[in-house]
Amino acid sequence: MSTQQDLICEQIDNIKMAKVYERPDSLLDVRMHYCPGCGHTTTHKILMEIVDELQIKNEVIGVAPVGCSVLAYDYLDIDMQQAAHGRATAVATGIKAVQPDKYVFTYQGDGDLAAIGTAETIHSANRGENFLIVFINNGIYGMTGGQMAPTTPIGEKTATSPYGRDRATMGAPIDITGLLAQLPGTFYATRQSVHDAKAVRKAKKALTKAFQYQKLNKGLCIVEIVSNCPSGWKLTPYESNQWMIEHMMSLYPPGDVKAPSKEDLQS
Amino acid sequence: MAKLKGEVKIAIETCKGCELCIHECPQDTLVMSEELNQRGYHYAVVAVDNCTGCTNCALVCPDACITVYREVRGKKQPIAQISNVTEDMTITIDGRQP
Repeated sequence: MSTQQDLICEQIDNIKMAKVYERPDSLLDVRMHYCPGCGHTTTHKILMEIVDELQIKNEVIGVAPVGCSVLAYDYLDIDMQQAAHGRATAVATGIKAVQPDKYVFTYQGDGDLAAIGTAETIHSANRGENFLIVFINNGIYGMTGGQMAPTTPIGEKTATSPYGRDRATMGAPIDITGLLAQLPGTFYATRQSVHDAKAVRKAKKALTKAFQYQKLNKGLCIVEIVSNCPSGWKLTPYESNQWMIEHMMSLYPPGDVKAPSKEDLQS
Repeated sequence: MAKLKGEVKIAIETCKGCELCIHECPQDTLVMSEELNQRGYHYAVVAVDNCTGCTNCALVCPDACITVYREVRGKKQPIAQISNVTEDMTITIDGRQP
């Protein structure tokens, strides 16, 4: 292994090679506590790449939720605020009210946003608040041990639905992005995933747009990232991605749910 | 035109052995190591010297432990595919196009 690494360095010293990808500067060089292959980690990385590329490191404020990503402020080298469970959008509303020229985003999972924080989320969208919601949807409560979430697909076995989610007794999965897209206060609603390189590129494009739209003051942007949960689903990271494509993508198809028209962008 | 040559450098102590890069690599350049790193994970290593610098492995790497280098031919500067995000959008931030 060491010989291979040495070889690479020598060739780089010849100035024939150029660096085309590296760890973003704004992502702190610490070990993240997330499980191997978790979509949270990839999303953290994309967010910080965008912050670096748009050069808005001093102008962006994030709100961390309760859930797996509760320690996001330990990994992201930007201003962060921790909110009570589900209240990230309420905190972001306050931050945006006192600092309207800053880029504000909330980073929430499905337990935080789609379960306990549904009221705050829907009313923020209805008021047309000018911030970005990054919504990580993995259809399970990952941190507490794999219990059923409102977004869990029908038939999925979890700790609290051991025979699979039954529609008659447990209800149908809730589509938050589709729900918010119906409200006039929502400017941009899109659903992406981060399971392969193509999807990561698309998700990054969508998140970049959502950050840029904040300067237009037109309303709330929501970017849903359909993610995997290898530990909660009890699969390897690769298998969990395949499972996600099979079972989650039909329920939550990737793509723009509500995209602004050209007139909206120009005016 | 021959394929551009690339190199990947992997921070083995950051690697958690999720194997996503191995499935994503179109050239089958990467394999998992026999050895363990300090945290007890098998890590990704370069097995064959046929990397083209496509950055796919680095894009899917959740822990951002892969740095990718690509060959420069002539005066051309390689552009990371990831930075091409603006398309034909008319929006600028503070007067500048990111």
